[in-house]
Amino acid sequence: MHELSITESIVDAVCERAAGRPVHSVKVEVGKLTAVVPAALLFCFDLVVEGTVAQGARLDIEERPGVAHCRSCGADTVLADAIPLCPCGSADLDVTAGRELRILSMEVG
Amino acid sequence: MCATCGCHSHPTETITLEQKVLAKNDSLAAVNRSRLAQRKIVAVNLMSSPGAGKTTLLERTIRDTGAVRPVAVVEGDQETLLDAERIRRTGCAVVQVNTGAGCHLDAAMMADALDRLDPADGSLLFIENVGNLVCPALFDLGEGGKVVIVSVTEGTDKPLKYPYMFAVADLVVVNKVDLLPYVDFDLAACRRHIATVNPTAEIVALSATTGDNVESWYDWLAGGSPGLPPAGAG
Repeated sequence: MHELSITESIVDAVCERAAGRPVHSVKVEVGKLTAVVPAALLFCFDLVVEGTVAQGARLDIEERPGVAHCRSCGADTVLADAIPLCPCGSADLDVTAGRELRILSMEVG
Repeated sequence: MCATCGCHSHPTETITLEQKVLAKNDSLAAVNRSRLAQRKIVAVNLMSSPGAGKTTLLERTIRDTGAVRPVAVVEGDQETLLDAERIRRTGCAVVQVNTGAGCHLDAAMMADALDRLDPADGSLLFIENVGNLVCPALFDLGEGGKVVIVSVTEGTDKPLKYPYMFAVADLVVVNKVDLLPYVDFDLAACRRHIATVNPTAEIVALSATTGDNVESWYDWLAGGSPGLPPAGAG
């Protein structure tokens, strides 16, 4: 359940930046290859924001698909899971997207 | 428009952050890394499921190599001092970090452990992470190399089931090979699975209990690997 620590990191960063202003919503970007489960983030977020300036805020999660570039055939392929495999059969891939774990923005009052 | 009540009298402002969620952990890890480098300490983060043999491998490694190079250990577990006591009996410097409900070590815990342990210059520092094949993969501690241990009693398909963990490994140790005659484990297939999720990971199959092929592990630790800088280098 590393999502709890991840959520604490998000809320800490947001509250620090909000500097006392109420936070209405927070937008984060989560890649499919990060082993972070969006549903678990949402669950933890409501608990972690309690008693902070972000209490009651909405968490918006933008999921990013995993994408890899095949060094064998040169194609870019969307990865269905964390196992990088090209439809051509090659496992020699460069992951180019899907490892994002960033706080994009927030809305404050 | 106000995001809370929809009125037009409470103006809201959108603030762009564009920052990594784990930025704070990563910056603490960078501080740990430079602290270790200044003192020529090589730190290895050991990760596995519970019971894969991390502590047994450490006990043997300390016994076999402790005379050549000082060894220190950070023991991470949710509860108890049991593993730290096992390591202490080898005569090695050790601190226990109990994470309580936490499922992994983070860079702040590592910084605190370094303060308490104060490892000797030029030493080899093992960080035995909490037994868990998921969470520890995400958290940089400032280590020089990540080692994932899988034992033959766990099943051939572990690398495919827990790809995030195996993807971050510099070295995968396949432990308990002395039990191969008694379990349904396909070592060649396991090697293929590891290569599928992590084509650059090195693989060493050994037995921490019998000592079979532990020399390959010691060679890797001595810096014969691109994943790990040699102790005393730089």
